[in-house]
Amino acid sequence: MTTKVTEKRMQEREEHPMERLLRMDRIPHIWCPTCGIGTTVTALAVALKQLQLDLNNVAIVSGIGCTGRVAGYTKLDSFHTTHGRAIPFALGLHIARPDLKVIVFSGDGDLVSIGGNHLIHTARRNVDITVICVNNFIYAMTGGQVAPTTPITARSATSPYGNYEHPFNIPLLAASSGAVYVARWTALHVRRLTVAIKEALTKRGFSFVEVIAPCSTLYARLNKLGSGLDLMKFYHDNSVIRHGADPKEVNIDYQSKIAVGKFVDIEKPTYLDCLNNAYKKKFGDKYKPYGGGNGDK
Amino acid sequence: MATNEIRITGLGGQGVILCGYIIGKAASIYSNQHATLTQSFGPEARGSACSAQVVVSDTRVLYPYATSPQVMLAMSNDGYMTHKDTMADECTIVYEKDLVKPEKHGPKVKAYGIPGTRIAEELGHKIVLNIVMLGFLGAVTDLIPKEALRKGVESSVPAGTEELNLKAFDKGYEYGRQLKEKNAVKV
Amino acid sequence: MKADPKNVLTGSHYLDGNHASAEGGIAAGCKFFAGYPITPSTEIAERVSRRFPLIGGVFIQMEDELASMAAILGASWGGVKSMSCTSGPGFSLMMENFGLGIMLETPCVLINVQRGGPSTGLPTLPGQADMMQARWGSHGDYEVIALAPDSPQESFELTIHAFNLSEKYHMPVLVMTDECVGHMTERVVIPPAEEIELVERRYTDKEPGEAWPYEPTEGGVSPFLPVGKGYKFHVTGLTHDYRGYPVINAETQETNVRRLIDKVNNHVDEIIWLEEKDVEGAEIVVMAYGISSRVIQPAITKARKEGIKVGQIKMVTVWPFPEKRVRELAGQVKSLIMVEMNYGQVFLEMDRCAAGKCQTYLVGHAGGTVHNPDDIYKTIKEAVK
Repeated sequence: MTTKVTEKRMQEREEHPMERLLRMDRIPHIWCPTCGIGTTVTALAVALKQLQLDLNNVAIVSGIGCTGRVAGYTKLDSFHTTHGRAIPFALGLHIARPDLKVIVFSGDGDLVSIGGNHLIHTARRNVDITVICVNNFIYAMTGGQVAPTTPITARSATSPYGNYEHPFNIPLLAASSGAVYVARWTALHVRRLTVAIKEALTKRGFSFVEVIAPCSTLYARLNKLGSGLDLMKFYHDNSVIRHGADPKEVNIDYQSKIAVGKFVDIEKPTYLDCLNNAYKKKFGDKYKPYGGGNGDK
Repeated sequence: MATNEIRITGLGGQGVILCGYIIGKAASIYSNQHATLTQSFGPEARGSACSAQVVVSDTRVLYPYATSPQVMLAMSNDGYMTHKDTMADECTIVYEKDLVKPEKHGPKVKAYGIPGTRIAEELGHKIVLNIVMLGFLGAVTDLIPKEALRKGVESSVPAGTEELNLKAFDKGYEYGRQLKEKNAVKV
Repeated sequence: MKADPKNVLTGSHYLDGNHASAEGGIAAGCKFFAGYPITPSTEIAERVSRRFPLIGGVFIQMEDELASMAAILGASWGGVKSMSCTSGPGFSLMMENFGLGIMLETPCVLINVQRGGPSTGLPTLPGQADMMQARWGSHGDYEVIALAPDSPQESFELTIHAFNLSEKYHMPVLVMTDECVGHMTERVVIPPAEEIELVERRYTDKEPGEAWPYEPTEGGVSPFLPVGKGYKFHVTGLTHDYRGYPVINAETQETNVRRLIDKVNNHVDEIIWLEEKDVEGAEIVVMAYGISSRVIQPAITKARKEGIKVGQIKMVTVWPFPEKRVRELAGQVKSLIMVEMNYGQVFLEMDRCAAGKCQTYLVGHAGGTVHNPDDIYKTIKEAVK
């Protein structure tokens, strides 16, 4: 899609239905045709719209990679940070401004590999942020290298003879680290995904949504899986809705059935709840509950 | 410009650093002198050799480490042995009698021993040995006024233990005063 | 603006440099601290964790230094003064997001209590061998501001100053202390709050939709856009234009990087802080920073007593380097001597600026102890020949 075409299209319509959430001055985006990231962004946009959240109070943080570009296209206070560090950056932003809804939107390599340590520790603390993780099983931005999510035997630019490393089961990782909300959907399940994002955004605590998304340019091509449409068909035929499934049982093998649904939805005090409770207990009335770094201002 | 270097040596857990801290604080907060405290310690928290250095001066301390100390406070024989040869020719050695066995020194060295552990035990708390030693040091040297040291003790020990520690300080001080009256015992 | 009395422990204290640094940050209004334990800097985090609950700050011990640095940037964008501290290996890890802080133009303070390196090196002993890492440790071209305290008192004061500089120039500012200063206990006089001048965050007065995060200004620094107020701004670690939007080409790179460099370089006269003594008419000038600027004193006194015309410059700011002053002096003196606990890092800058117009000497060693004044004295004697 060229800029000219976009401009023409924008002139044709008075307002693009996504204009409320997208930086139209940054469109066209960099994502390939049939990439699943755009669908996920749409799901977020619809979720925010349906929740009728004041978008002034929503901030988004991304890391690096294809999904890492999401922050750059969303018309929110948006931060495009370093590879893997979106979560700790978001943690700082959240603690400074607990009144804001802070969303981390990034990819599997960013959140689970280089940022894996931050994912598990921020889930452990139950920091009140929402993480949306687009999992395309591969490092796409850099040209299709093996990821910690690449299924065994799948090929990539750096596993040319087929991957032989055990991949992460991301919902299990998030759940066992302490996330209070964990769901997985594919880019095909747009409505269910939107509901999941809405639930995640309204959940107090560390909420986590994994989105299985097609990367036709690299993952599908390197594995001869056809086009993006073929991958969507695959999701259609092989996704199994298993709400409440034990996260231990939702790992993904190469071209196997994909368990989707809401796996975890529990209540637990958040990081700031725990902080305030502990200090209240220790200092009594001398302690003023923390509600943001600017205090009286 | 009078500058005095003090080496405090003992074992981790004996309160070597606190001892140095009180001397430094007494000098720089309660008696209008300048004092730096530095310390050296191994990775072990307890039982290993431990040493603190306090440099006390009328003017700003420029070099914060002891090069040839005029005073040593020794609470372990190992510590004493390690540092005895670094002392100034003319120096004062203050030691715990039952823990440190000083060697023969030249005539320029004054050595004062105190059964600090026994005194601390008589007070019911072996842990106040360092404060007994501090009182003793205060009496046999004239580096820092007694009242400044007492204030240093009072404001540095854990809340609720001030009375016990001041008692320990006074016991050590009194022992030192009497000993000094009888003149230094040369070893 | 003046410091908030609630944050300031006015009075005389007997504190080590690390505790004093913590008090400096607190007095400056820091309300978010993210860090990871590492010797010999940990006491800063410990003190902050004790002090914060009752003054409305949040201390968080992060999973590592990568996260610590990222978190303080996030909090700073949330409008809260933020800091961290580290040493040696932790400093290496923080360099990643230090670069992000430079690129996003994020005010915050990072204290490095230097120990001996490389690698794990000497955790409990001093060094000054991270000075070039402070200057160039993150990839890419940029300028930094680094301060070097010589005492607990300066640890307190320079931490406040670092916050002020960071808010003024919109960048992370480094306090490069060392194990000796960090663990040395000395009198620290904390003044009344009304005597502590603070620079506060300057926000745009434009309406949402009209303001961009990096608009060109005379000083090179645009007013901040606040989060949560409808500005819906974007910032990125990618090369970006004045809107904060990524633009991947050489022209934007030039504008972006020049901006990062110029905002410091165009203000070096305001930023550079030197304390000179007996430099007028001196034949020899000894330059040093941090604890080294303190331990040179006995050697200089001794040499001056012998009639050697030796002056001294204490570099309170090490970066930006006082290039102009050194070039000036090089034409006037016989020798310049740099004393630092490394094998010649800031010396290289001094030597470069001397440009062969005078002799240059390094008194350096690999760290682990402060200099022996005799070594400095010997070099002065040699330099006067």
